[in-house]
Amino acid sequence: MAEQAITGYKKWLESIGEQGVFFKSFFRNIFRGGFEWSEFVRQCYEIGYRSMMLVGITSFIMGLVLILQLRPSMLQMGAESMLPKTLAVSFIREIGPVIIAIICAGKVASGIGAELGSMKVTEQIDAMEVSGANPLQYLVVTRIIATSLMIPLLTIIGDAIGLFGGFLALNFTDDISFSLYFHKCISSLEFIDLFPALVKTIFFGFAIGFVGCYKGYNSNKGTESVGIAANSAVVTASLWIFVIDAVAVQITSLLFYR
Amino acid sequence: MEETKQKNPDMAKPTNEIVVDIDHISKSFGTKEVLKDINLQLKRGENVVVLGKSGQGKSVTIQCIVGLLTPDNGSVKVFGDDVAQMNEEQLKELRTKVGFLFQSGALYDSMTVRDNLEFPLTRILKITDQGELDKRVEEALDGVGLSDAIDKLPSDLSGGMRKRAGLARTMIVRPEIMLYDEPTTGLDPITSREISELILDMQKKYKTSAIIITHDMECAKITADRVVIMNEGTYIAEGSFDELKKSDDELVRSFFNETT
Repeated sequence: MAEQAITGYKKWLESIGEQGVFFKSFFRNIFRGGFEWSEFVRQCYEIGYRSMMLVGITSFIMGLVLILQLRPSMLQMGAESMLPKTLAVSFIREIGPVIIAIICAGKVASGIGAELGSMKVTEQIDAMEVSGANPLQYLVVTRIIATSLMIPLLTIIGDAIGLFGGFLALNFTDDISFSLYFHKCISSLEFIDLFPALVKTIFFGFAIGFVGCYKGYNSNKGTESVGIAANSAVVTASLWIFVIDAVAVQITSLLFYR
Repeated sequence: MEETKQKNPDMAKPTNEIVVDIDHISKSFGTKEVLKDINLQLKRGENVVVLGKSGQGKSVTIQCIVGLLTPDNGSVKVFGDDVAQMNEEQLKELRTKVGFLFQSGALYDSMTVRDNLEFPLTRILKITDQGELDKRVEEALDGVGLSDAIDKLPSDLSGGMRKRAGLARTMIVRPEIMLYDEPTTGLDPITSREISELILDMQKKYKTSAIIITHDMECAKITADRVVIMNEGTYIAEGSFDELKKSDDELVRSFFNETT
């Protein structure tokens, strides 16, 4: 039992070390010449555009549901007019970035993990290496930068759609115009609501790309390991999103709310 | 029965210049010793076939030649330079001269056959002119009889076509040495023979030296100038196909039983 625990601990430490080396290789390869622009653009399309529908639908439903859930309580307190503000602040500060990142962890991190894992199993990564190309630069750098840029963009779009979902829900029950609703939303938001939320999505995107690439690139050579890579990419990326969120909230509180 | 293609008498004969020199290498993975004491020399213009059962370390040997793996002991010299001592740039330079055909063909799934073939041209030879790229890709595909598949994705190709496309991608940069990792595995006998004859054609056309890892005796018979037999991480016999077929060693002979 104790031996098993020690072995597990050693493997965990090894994994941390490997991730450190992978992290270093990623940064070293960003600044090397020959950035793979066409692959980067393709990844932005795959990660950004192809996730837009999923992010849009989820955000819309979240905004709609939140208003429907909040309304009875706010009505009881006589604070119905505060609904747009409550939704805007909670959605843009916390719910939007985290929910969208979690959705993207499920879709993007698993996709990257499975793709690179299957490339490893079918020797495509080795083939790339022996054909004189740099697989880290081609496969890893492009994907991590693409996720780091696309997740914030998806979050901005998702936030807007979520607020629109909230407007529709509110419009069913209350007579509120589109311009008044959005005026209330926008006027309730301040720099400290927008900026930290946007910055943390860059880190969410980085975590999604990094974990997906690491798990796929370092998967074992067997078809089973493709599934394991995809699965562990989702689990680890999701966990990282919550850890980053907790740290980001602490830093934001220290910097802006003292 | 169709006659097996004979090795071309006009083909460049193997010279005495050694292009690959594997000297007493060993390699272990964890506690498993895969390679024990391997010595092998490949001469310029020569096709050496390495025969052996699965899991004997045949693929590990050729992976050491291109620096995908590093041996625990011994040295691998290619064109006189020790692979283990090479830095990243030197390795990159080496890999422009050594082609590697993987067992599965290892075509990039997300790219068409055209893009697969353009990949090494743009990265190794740094060709950017689209006209030149098209010309080379078409010529390479024509050489392996795959001109019609130029815009297809790897998933639309059969196993044999994928191997041909993989071969075209490897040969397009004109390597001086070719390493074939089980080029006919998983193919029907007719396609296997076609691939084996293609290997011979490539040797003739581009004057390459090659190490061919296989357990397909038909492939060995067609392609080999010299055969080496591997068992339990070491070489147990070496000679021409016909010499080894008549060997006194029962284990060596057992490889040839099916074809004799």
